[in-house]
Amino acid sequence: MEDSLLEIRDLITAFETERGLVRAVDRVSFSVPKGKTLGIVGESGCGKSVTAMSIIRLLPQPSGKILQGEVRFKGRDLTRIAPKELRKVRGGEIGVIFQEPMTALNPVHRIGRQLSECFLLHQRISRRKAWEASIEMLKLVRIPAPEQRMGDYPHQLSGGMRQRVVIAMALACRPDLVIADEPTTALDVTVQAQILSLMKRLQREMGMSLMLITHDLGVIAENCDEVVVMYAGRVVERAPVRELFARPLHAYTRGLLSSIPRLETPHKSVLPTIPGMVASLSEFVPGCRFCQRMERSGPTLRERPEFIEARPGHWVEACPICYHAEDAVVASGGETEPESQPEAP
Amino acid sequence: MSDLLKVTDLKVHFPVRGGVLLRQQASVRAVDGVSLAIAPGETLGLVGESGCGKSTLGKAVVRLVDPTAGGVEFEGRDLTGIRGPALKPVRRDLQMIFQDPAESLNARHSVREILEEPFLIHRIGGTAERRRRVDELLERVGLPAASADRYPFEFSGGQRQRIGIARAIALKPKLIICDEPVSALDVSVQSQVLNLLLELQREMGLSYLFIAHDLAVVKHISDRVAVMYLGKIVELADSETIYQRPKHAYTKALLAAIPEPDPTREVERALLEGDVPSPIDPPKGSAFGHRISHPRYDETVGLDMPLTEIEPGHWVAADPCCLEPEDYERVAKRPAAAAS
Repeated sequence: MEDSLLEIRDLITAFETERGLVRAVDRVSFSVPKGKTLGIVGESGCGKSVTAMSIIRLLPQPSGKILQGEVRFKGRDLTRIAPKELRKVRGGEIGVIFQEPMTALNPVHRIGRQLSECFLLHQRISRRKAWEASIEMLKLVRIPAPEQRMGDYPHQLSGGMRQRVVIAMALACRPDLVIADEPTTALDVTVQAQILSLMKRLQREMGMSLMLITHDLGVIAENCDEVVVMYAGRVVERAPVRELFARPLHAYTRGLLSSIPRLETPHKSVLPTIPGMVASLSEFVPGCRFCQRMERSGPTLRERPEFIEARPGHWVEACPICYHAEDAVVASGGETEPESQPEAP
Repeated sequence: MSDLLKVTDLKVHFPVRGGVLLRQQASVRAVDGVSLAIAPGETLGLVGESGCGKSTLGKAVVRLVDPTAGGVEFEGRDLTGIRGPALKPVRRDLQMIFQDPAESLNARHSVREILEEPFLIHRIGGTAERRRRVDELLERVGLPAASADRYPFEFSGGQRQRIGIARAIALKPKLIICDEPVSALDVSVQSQVLNLLLELQREMGLSYLFIAHDLAVVKHISDRVAVMYLGKIVELADSETIYQRPKHAYTKALLAAIPEPDPTREVERALLEGDVPSPIDPPKGSAFGHRISHPRYDETVGLDMPLTEIEPGHWVAADPCCLEPEDYERVAKRPAAAAS
């Protein structure tokens, strides 16, 4: 894709452990188009957060390391730039929203001080101007009585209000890219709906790109243009959102889609499940890791499947067992109506 | 009396102390007049936003917190007056599964020690008998027999929740309070645990009080669903009805906020503004009417808005702010009674 703002190529991120170096992210590639929303979905431990933290090099030190790969952002490789330059990128050109607003905010400083700090760090601006700009940001994220809130400590705000403050901080310097790591997981559904609609509106107004990391397929379906499905440190499937939900080609994506209870699922029926569980990082096989979960044996475990473009814009890890090649072919040609429900693997 | 559990006008208020002398200055009305009943083999879902009092209600039923007022009857026996050791036989029949199994399992005990404890407390079986029972439990919840000698940290979240479930079913209880049992789990593991809970219910004839905030999950597992807002139940009906024909504005708002895993559907949702008000100083009138600044809010100040049966088996709070005018007309005329 030429119009991408961020492009990740062959990224490997590893952690030093007692059992040696383990790869949490194992040759991951994808890109975030300008002004669009890319969703990254996967279960805990699939490497989605580590991928995000690798982009801005906020890995736990000294154990976390980027072993290989490029993170191209506006023409620069973020894995190679100097720390001083990186600090300008973080918070300036790339904003980050974390899951738990209480840990992202400093509990002993007032909201106003934390928010104006963003401006003072990244812009040549007077304290007074930074203060005014901060109030503007709080208005933008629709916090009532923003002047009063500036003097509050984080604990005085509700969870939804705190997350709004974190969003205000992430957007303060009008970044080109916002990385949101499970931004609404800790919130109630009604507040989640408020926050997501707020983020969508701000994205439209400011023209930024958004990388939305979540495990909630409902949130993905409603908010993303393109989706990356990660499993055990790798991308197993990548496609435009409608294509992915209509025609999941990898067995893992199918399992994920069919195991969520929906409002129309028959009451008390047995839900399709994905048997087994993700192997631990140190036990990953070089080959297809979904085959490993299915306790298969044989050649698919030994060699890493190729990542192929099965349909235009639709990429999938082509394990001979997990990739449903037969469904990649469309009989009538061109765009077709989505099929009904994905089947269980 | 065919109800297994019957809760009548239950209140749990926590004191808020302050000042130099730590005098009680106010109280948090976590649960503020809740009535409900659960039949044998039934699952009652309890939904609501954080802070609405749903977990406190669950804890009050098993007496992990003491109710301030109201009654909890289990198999026709009032539990509120019972204290200390007298509660022990009741707890055999009344168990609980917690949200975070990492915190509710003793990290220093092996799985065998954790699962043996209920038998030890209730003096059931000798060493060999207990050993056999623990092995049976592990098999029942789908864990390998070798798990018995391992420690909780060696398991994944889903497996730990299975241990929590094994502990809860050890004494063959009649009712299990499930407090957000799958909220911390990944989707693929979540469905495994839900299936296990449904299987156990079928086999053992268990009743569940299933507390959760995920409405799709609650609908799937529950026969009836109660919606709670600020310490009170605002709507109660069988799960099909509550999702198809919700009457209360809060239930409607909650349902509308669920993100649908279907990208072809364009959603334009009416957003609910604001947060749940503080239970320390709740609005004097309709709590939800206050949140949505309803024009009829003033009418509700001081008004008694009891849970009323609007159609057979469908109960809703008689709140003029939260019901369609014709629905309000219907419930305002009917006498209120405790939901059954």
